[in-house]
Amino acid sequence: MASVTHIIPVQGRVAPAIASRDPAVVRWGLTLVAILTIGVLIVVPVVNVFYQAFAGGLVAYWENLVGDPDTLHSILLTLAVAPVAVVANLIFGVAAAWAIARFQFPGRALLTALIDLPFSVSPVVAGLMLVLLFGMQGYFGPWLRDHGVQIIFATPGLMLATCFVTLPFVARELIPVMEAIGSEEETAAISLGASGWQMFLRVTVPNIKWGLLYGIILCNARAIGEFGAVYVVSGHVTGRTDTMPLRVEKLFQEYNNPASFAVASLLTLLALVTLLVKVVLEHKTRRDLAESARSTSIAGDAS
Amino acid sequence: MSQSNRHVLPGFSLSLGYTLLYLGLLTIIPLAACFGKVFSLTFDQFWAAVWTPRTIAAYRFTCTVSFLSSVASMLLGFVIAWVLVRYEFPLKRVFDALIDLPFALPTAVAGLVYSGLYVENGWLGQFLVPLGIHGAYSRFAVVLVLTFLGIPFVVRTLEPVLDSLEADMEEAAHLLGASRAQTFWRVIFPTLVPAMITGFALSLARGLGEYGSVVFVSGNMPFKTEIAPVLIVARLEEFAYAEATAIAVVLLGISFAMLISINLLERWSSKYHG
Repeated sequence: MASVTHIIPVQGRVAPAIASRDPAVVRWGLTLVAILTIGVLIVVPVVNVFYQAFAGGLVAYWENLVGDPDTLHSILLTLAVAPVAVVANLIFGVAAAWAIARFQFPGRALLTALIDLPFSVSPVVAGLMLVLLFGMQGYFGPWLRDHGVQIIFATPGLMLATCFVTLPFVARELIPVMEAIGSEEETAAISLGASGWQMFLRVTVPNIKWGLLYGIILCNARAIGEFGAVYVVSGHVTGRTDTMPLRVEKLFQEYNNPASFAVASLLTLLALVTLLVKVVLEHKTRRDLAESARSTSIAGDAS
Repeated sequence: MSQSNRHVLPGFSLSLGYTLLYLGLLTIIPLAACFGKVFSLTFDQFWAAVWTPRTIAAYRFTCTVSFLSSVASMLLGFVIAWVLVRYEFPLKRVFDALIDLPFALPTAVAGLVYSGLYVENGWLGQFLVPLGIHGAYSRFAVVLVLTFLGIPFVVRTLEPVLDSLEADMEEAAHLLGASRAQTFWRVIFPTLVPAMITGFALSLARGLGEYGSVVFVSGNMPFKTEIAPVLIVARLEEFAYAEATAIAVVLLGISFAMLISINLLERWSSKYHG
């Protein structure tokens, strides 16, 4: 859930002079508590995943990943499902952000709240809703069966469930970015005779590119890692509908911890890469904002 | 962003139309199906499905662990946000980046690793179990993993507020003779309360719906450590769709109440900060 992380940087940090007014005991004590908390809750688990995954050596690790056809299939299935959700929610996110950040219309606040809805629906409930619609006993179940389409307990169900839980990510990221940038440049492009798509590709996209990219990587991380919703619609057919997180669970249930941790280590690596990309994108956003502020002030001086 | 935008900028009907269509297909129709299914039950059937000793125990367990972990997230998250914004220490940027890990890490992985760390021969369990602290397959285990998931919500809502605090206010309080403790409780703390409550509510909402990590660490013992989403899955595996949906509607009701209160809180706190 990214509802509280935006890449728009906050203003400068409070001057250290204020901090130094806190007594040294308080400063050291609080810093210690913070580092211990992050260490125990976040660092130790991450290190443990890789330790357990590689405990049997590199060869065993590799065997655990590619030697088991079911595990290999789960990796490929995840690589097929996640991009669908990312692309679908990317298109939706751009459309929703354009409508919400650029126009005033009745029900705008309600629409914004609706976009957040998947964040507050338990993933299991999300999966259940799809089963009620497309399952054998569901509303469209008989019709789908007659036409030979299977959604639940098959890949399309996994894709739909993943789309639902990752729906808000790109939109939530883009709305504040587009509001912060404002519509002056776009208005100028249109009044200078650009077509809508020209304006979008030459003005809007370059302006929102980092926010867009950030939304995509968050959406991707969640799409690959989704468990609850996918769990309900997959039917747990080993080698057919198990995604990577479901495979982690199945191997864990089979007491095959080394293999379970091997798959988990890939997912953890992905999470770490996501964090790294986030840091880089934050840096770029800050630099771009500083640059645009500088160029505005130069333009102001020249006039 | 003015009304006149609609006459200048293109794409209003296209973008709004597509947004509504996509939202309708992906969220409104499934939600309607959920409520439609529940209305196929009589009230007595509905009540029999959602109010049994086992479901009551599950609601109570879900609410208790979510509440406890959100309190823990709020307190620890406050300390972390304070330290990250105000103090300097080695590797600070690394720690800052790591705060987001629970957002990016698949919950199944969190569950898997937490279930191994706190058992008797686990890295942390070897020290804690002899002390009688059981951080795996217990209520405490669920609180731990939900705290892991909840902390980033609190830290990331508090950070911008702490960052925007005016140094002048603290300086004025200091010059007027307030002690550091007085300055904190009377000047700084009140401005942080709305953000802390928002962070608390966000992590509570996350905890109430969480499934992936909890099934790994809780042990799923009926009447003891069973959460409500587990009951839904159990009903589904028995093909008791209507009963599963009834419990889901109760969970949805709780989620919507949370969503509305978060929105109200956000509006209230933004008013608070001008």
